[in-house]
Amino acid sequence: MIDTLLSGHELHKTYGATPALAGAEFTVGAGEIVAIMGPSGSGKSTLLHCLAGIVRPDSGTIRYDGGDLTAMSDTQRSALRRSDFGFVFQFGQLVPELTCLENVALPLRLNAVKRKEAETKAREWMERLEVADLAGKRPGEISGGQGQRIAVARALVIRPRVVFADEPTGALDSLNGERVMKLLIEAARDTRAAVVLVTHESRIAAYSDREIVVRDGRSRDMARAT
Amino acid sequence: MRSRYTHWVYLLCIVLGMSIGHTLLGLLESGPRHGYDLKRSFDERFGRDRSLAYGQVYSTMSRLLKNGLVEIDGLETSGGPERKRYSITDAGVTDVEQWLGQPEKPEPYLQSTLYTKVVLALLTGRDANEILDTQRAEHLRMMRDLTRRKLDGDLSDRLICDHALFHLEADLRWLELTTARLSELTQEIRT
Repeated sequence: MIDTLLSGHELHKTYGATPALAGAEFTVGAGEIVAIMGPSGSGKSTLLHCLAGIVRPDSGTIRYDGGDLTAMSDTQRSALRRSDFGFVFQFGQLVPELTCLENVALPLRLNAVKRKEAETKAREWMERLEVADLAGKRPGEISGGQGQRIAVARALVIRPRVVFADEPTGALDSLNGERVMKLLIEAARDTRAAVVLVTHESRIAAYSDREIVVRDGRSRDMARAT
Repeated sequence: MRSRYTHWVYLLCIVLGMSIGHTLLGLLESGPRHGYDLKRSFDERFGRDRSLAYGQVYSTMSRLLKNGLVEIDGLETSGGPERKRYSITDAGVTDVEQWLGQPEKPEPYLQSTLYTKVVLALLTGRDANEILDTQRAEHLRMMRDLTRRKLDGDLSDRLICDHALFHLEADLRWLELTTARLSELTQEIRT
């Protein structure tokens, strides 16, 4: 039995008149990889944003490492995201003006780590993600698959306790998607980071330990569907 | 009963028999081998989940011999029982070439047990959603096992697992679509 690191209970969120979450539940333990699946518009990305403290739910509770994330101020949640959480999005969302090395080092720089130390760590992660040779290039000069590996390196450089990955392979072909997932999962397992993986692709969800399906804002743990 | 018999005879004797025969022939193209070597080579490359029985190897080789696709290249006794070494004939090479060049018939997948279960659930007032979710969980479990095997395996493992994963993924997409269309299907079935 894995101890719960992050959980959401009875989460509700409405955008205007549209309900995005209607009582969703979620748990992930340290080092566990949980996939959130569901059709477009089912609320899976909203669930990820709430769990990561990016969006505040209308009601319900989110607990992280024993604390109440929903009770934190915006500043406290921002600080938590910088120190404990890593993010990988569908299109990488790298800063186009910065080199790949500077992009990977950015989360450390935002945490006030000195440039030299930040870039040394960034290089280590780029080597691990097999993109060390792209250090001096800018995001516009690299392929989508390379960009996602840079994004994974950037997510892991702070050694987060939770990695939030929102459709990390959604813009990639099968071969590049597989490569990104393999590297992400191996790195997360080695650092014992939990991974919250939003995907609509079952082949990507199959890299997880467990799946949660979200439909109409409600969640279902598939381990309990048998 | 008769149609079932015909189907199984066709499946076991023609489809599986043919493909094993052609596979063994193809393996023989690289040089003469004993039945035991052929079995080992087949198992290593193609029989990861189901190895070939010795009886099957020898009955297949007898058939290929009778049809002139292989010939006896030599006999060895070396202390133990007599062992035949087989080699492929020109006719055998042509046969393999024809088989490789012939496309496999795509499976139409029109007889779906899952579809039948969903319709029966709706007809009898049971929860079809639950049936779909139970199946979905089972598919996902299998996909997770295959993904782990793929991550630990070599390129052959990856290719074999990918083939299975893409098929399972197609099933899952159908399960999702059917879940989304369940109320529409309920209406259609009950009117």
